Amino acid sequence: MTEINSVQTTEMTKKIRMKKYTDSGKVDTRSGFGAGLTELGRSNPNVVALCADLVGSLKMQDFIDENPDRFFQVGIAEANMMGMAAGLTIGGKIPFAGTFANFATGRVYDQIRQSIAYSGKNVKICASHSGVTLGEDGATHQILEDIGLMKMLPGMTVINTCDFNQTKAATIAIAEHEGPVYLRFGRPKVANFTPEDQKFEIGKAVNLYEGEDVTIIATGHLVWEAIQAAEELSEKGISAEVINIHTIKPLDEEAIINSVKKTGCVVTAEEHNFLGGLGESVARTLAENHPAPQEFVATKDVFGESGTPAQLMDKYGLNVNVIYDKVLKNLNRKKLF
Amino acid sequence: MKIKELENFATQVRRDILRQVHKVNSGHPGGSLGCTEFFTALYKEIMEHNPDFDMDGKEEDLFFLSNGHISPVFYSVLARCGYFPVEELATFRHIDSRLQGHPTTHEGLPGVRVASGSLGQGMSVAIGAAQAKKLNNDDHLVYSLHGDGELQEGQNWEAIMYAAGNKVDNLIATIDYNGQQIDGSTETVLPMGNLKAKFEAFGWDVMEIEDGNDLQQVIDGLKEAKTRTGKGKPVCILMTTVMGNGVDFMMHTHAWHGKAPNDEQLETALAQNPETLGDY
Repeated sequence: MTEINSVQTTEMTKKIRMKKYTDSGKVDTRSGFGAGLTELGRSNPNVVALCADLVGSLKMQDFIDENPDRFFQVGIAEANMMGMAAGLTIGGKIPFAGTFANFATGRVYDQIRQSIAYSGKNVKICASHSGVTLGEDGATHQILEDIGLMKMLPGMTVINTCDFNQTKAATIAIAEHEGPVYLRFGRPKVANFTPEDQKFEIGKAVNLYEGEDVTIIATGHLVWEAIQAAEELSEKGISAEVINIHTIKPLDEEAIINSVKKTGCVVTAEEHNFLGGLGESVARTLAENHPAPQEFVATKDVFGESGTPAQLMDKYGLNVNVIYDKVLKNLNRKKLF
Repeated sequence: MKIKELENFATQVRRDILRQVHKVNSGHPGGSLGCTEFFTALYKEIMEHNPDFDMDGKEEDLFFLSNGHISPVFYSVLARCGYFPVEELATFRHIDSRLQGHPTTHEGLPGVRVASGSLGQGMSVAIGAAQAKKLNNDDHLVYSLHGDGELQEGQNWEAIMYAAGNKVDNLIATIDYNGQQIDGSTETVLPMGNLKAKFEAFGWDVMEIEDGNDLQQVIDGLKEAKTRTGKGKPVCILMTTVMGNGVDFMMHTHAWHGKAPNDEQLETALAQNPETLGDY
């Protein structure tokens, strides 16, 4: 981490008292999806599930055991799965189609575009193993373009959850939402820190820290990193507002604009290419409403590679250290703005 | 309905097809004309369907058009079955129309349950709808239509494998076997070999309609197909048709796959298909 230099002011040396977020135990977000789906299986008879030979990875087994007639194993055939999901909506079913993020988007873009998005079908595309934290399988499986692909489809809701509890809550919430949804989650075990009993509101930002000097807007696995960065910044007297954007589309523009009006600069953080991701959506929002210096914590138009999730987060600049550094850099830019 | 009345209906549909594509100087008359008897039989004789359109289509038969480019015949038959005003056919492919170049649900046109046009997706959708019917304990059937050239798209074979493997036996998928596609005959563009043997190898119950432009044959064939449903296998009909059927200079060629007639050609074509139910 770089040291604070010219940005340090007396204002920033004030004592900042922060709420403490605690990790209730590392668990994967995909298990949150599985738990949410199981609950839906019990509560909503119209919910059906499809999977393309990745039941174990998507944690769908409990749903299948309890609702064997409402599960469709399609085999390694994602295009057919997306078309079938569209067809199942005709007759009132609410299909949750699950596979890895890469195969749930890039591989079947046209199927989603025509049969689901353009046709306005009530399909929930559930994408696990997104981003580089899929790990050792390498770049063939690590999609970093999926948020962009999905957010460009008219009518598609795009959600990227940050922990087990939020993923479970989101899974349950999207069943009540009429229209196509892309729900993105991941493979690694990560901190579980959001409330177990949270109400998940699609399109509503979650403010984790109130702050004055900088706004950190994070999504997915980067939210926990942003919290840690804010805590470390507070020790240096820098007050960071941290916003958890679980819904990238529709984006809670009001929350973003109001925060940046207060802080004057923003750092976005996501496990995704900086082209097409959350950062670009935030940049457009601010460019149109309240221009401000922005730094992007994201991958820089590259493919991933094999490695452990931690190694990859480090190598591709997706962790607390990078967020911290970008905040300092942006505080300098804010002075010049 | 008497066969003569159905033939009159089909003749009027052919006129509608020709006039739609002529007016906007674009669209696909060839395949539309070739499938006129199929649509007439399906919507007038075979399917239980409700023109008071409901997207979920519970307790009625459903139809999915996978080769969406033959929208002119679909639109004409839907309109003349009461799904929307026949006059609306005049808006085909025009700005602000519900009758898009390829069918879509996006504009709320009654009778259309999924967008199609990008080829190869309709069978998967039909399978999903068929599975929903089973979950709903709805005994009605799902019908679909596909171009033969369209089977070159790989997604079909995912769907064909799935339907047989999972005993989707409330589905009747018809292949418009006209042997033509945009760039030429299917034999020259990409030979598909023995389609009957391929479907059978995948586990389908396959039957043939030798002359898909003989209305009685199409009706009998579809009735026969219905009797084969519910027996553990999806049903495929290989229906041989002539692209451009009913207009002599459009027949037996791929030239009219995606080309509209000019004024003079329209006049000649309409003369071969005299008005029966009244033009829009």
